[in-house]
Amino acid sequence: MEKQSKGAASELDCFFSRPVEKGGFQRQPRKRMMENYIEVRWHGRAQQGIVTAAKVLGEACLRSGKFVQAFPEFGPERMGAPVKAYNRISEEPIRLHCQVTNPRYVLIADPTLIGMILAGGMESSGGVTEGTPENAIFIVNTPKSPEEMRKELGLEGRKDVKVFTLDAAKISIETVGRMMPNTPMLGALAKATSFITLEGLVENFKENYSKKFSPKVIEGNVAAMGRGYEEVRG
Amino acid sequence: MAITATKGQTGLTGNSAVAYAMKQINPDVCAAYPITPSTQIVEDFSGYVADGEVTTELITVESEHSAMSACIGAAAAGARVMTATSSQGLALMWEMLYIASGMRLPIVLANVNRALSSPINIHCDHSDSMGARDSGWVQLYSETVQEAYDNVFMAVRIAEHKDVLLPAMVCLDGFITSHAIENISLIEDQEVRQFIGSYNAKASLLDTDKAPTFGAMTLPDTYIEFKRQQSEAMTRAKGAAIEVMKDFGKRFGREYGLFETYRLEDAEAAIVVLNSAAGTTKVAVDALRKEGKKVGLLRPRLFRPFPWQEIAGALKGCKAITVLDRADSMNAFGGPVFSEVRSALYDLDPRPRVMNRIYGLGGRDYKVKDAVEVFNEALKAAETGRVETLVKYITL
Repeated sequence: MEKQSKGAASELDCFFSRPVEKGGFQRQPRKRMMENYIEVRWHGRAQQGIVTAAKVLGEACLRSGKFVQAFPEFGPERMGAPVKAYNRISEEPIRLHCQVTNPRYVLIADPTLIGMILAGGMESSGGVTEGTPENAIFIVNTPKSPEEMRKELGLEGRKDVKVFTLDAAKISIETVGRMMPNTPMLGALAKATSFITLEGLVENFKENYSKKFSPKVIEGNVAAMGRGYEEVRG
Repeated sequence: MAITATKGQTGLTGNSAVAYAMKQINPDVCAAYPITPSTQIVEDFSGYVADGEVTTELITVESEHSAMSACIGAAAAGARVMTATSSQGLALMWEMLYIASGMRLPIVLANVNRALSSPINIHCDHSDSMGARDSGWVQLYSETVQEAYDNVFMAVRIAEHKDVLLPAMVCLDGFITSHAIENISLIEDQEVRQFIGSYNAKASLLDTDKAPTFGAMTLPDTYIEFKRQQSEAMTRAKGAAIEVMKDFGKRFGREYGLFETYRLEDAEAAIVVLNSAAGTTKVAVDALRKEGKKVGLLRPRLFRPFPWQEIAGALKGCKAITVLDRADSMNAFGGPVFSEVRSALYDLDPRPRVMNRIYGLGGRDYKVKDAVEVFNEALKAAETGRVETLVKYITL
């Protein structure tokens, strides 16, 4: 592979260590614990964009050389119905084709789903905390604090579980112009985790959706991702 | 999202990948009536038609029966024809499926597997395509998005092969594959064109100088000869499939066979299963192998014609085999894949124990732990030589 000239620095440079320059200063590679396989579960209601969020996340990870899956779980097809979407992201090809049942990452786009055990024949539509491991990470769209949400989620005893919150609804209204919590939540995910960067999300979004959406929509969504990244608490 | 053919990887759902394959094939005619979960195929493809990216005549019809009828008419006129459907859609095409194959029309259909009503259910099982297994269509099954995409091109070549001339359907799992974004490597348009070549029908209804007859009445003095020829063509489809898959592998580097085996060489117990569930089963195979248990997998890709000698050859070292069916033939003696596999193994000496488990109907999840349970039961049968329950439902 051709060596990149120093002038052509890219966002990726921070991942690679560089030789010690004169004067002894070494730019440290950004320390990120890379997980080599992760599972994500998204909870929301139809029309809140969580299927799209899983798709955008999958595409962004794919662009950075990962193997990905992004898939929805549909129940009754109507607006407002509870919907789940899943991601698997891996360094290796993914063979599993079953539902994600033990996700480390859980994103909740609609806090009214918390505490609901849904009937209606969807076998895995239990609570939002179902199947989560000891080191699970929750990101919730709510104006409430992470402490309050931890209580509402019934996670008080689980000290290794992390809970993050952000007011994704407000951010989306202010940036995109309508209630679409998915994009700010993607930004928040980039902050709360290590397997995707905000730059990676933004670049993928611009590249893949510039033809489909107007510059104004792209700008709004990019701003929403940025604010989600900045404003997430936990 | 605009899709760009690239040697690198992109992310597509099974439906979008099949629609993109159809765009690259650019069939003369597509007649279709959208139905969940295959809707996106027709939706994407009609977008390609509207944008002028293909020259296909898209016929929007009022039902699947009409869709297949229009496909038959167009194919009899000498056109290269494709369509897509699922579940009740395939069921409604029923009588026309037999007419397409009887007239030896190489139509290619993408069937996104979905359960049949009632009760109504939009999720995956194989009841739809298994119901069409005796209709004289070649059937290819796909584990992943990549394989579904690749199978579409291979189906065109097999169907149009001079020794075959039969319609072919490519089956992929509803939602699990059709709605899941996975990594996929696309083939460039020019390479697709070179691989599939152009289609020159042997006879065309529009050829007024040499007007052929299609679908004429045949009496007892000729009908059986037609059927025998058709059956022999189906037998030859196996050789054609081998030839086409070999050529595909040579050109594009992805090797496919009549079936796939996974760690089967020294396996004492094996699972036979179609489509996406095979991926989950492979994960179970690896886990059990780590514990020193000799298990393996066989995944049929070509189900019609059924390569029974080859499958028996591949399974002959196993002591116990469990066939998983995502459909029940309601005959109280197991599902359709079970009947075929068990029958194929009858002449083996020694004869393995063969069990059947019906799983995953209507989209019920099939997990690694389900595969592990099936394997453990099969290992027990391998050890004792005794089968406790021949046929039963699992994933309940």
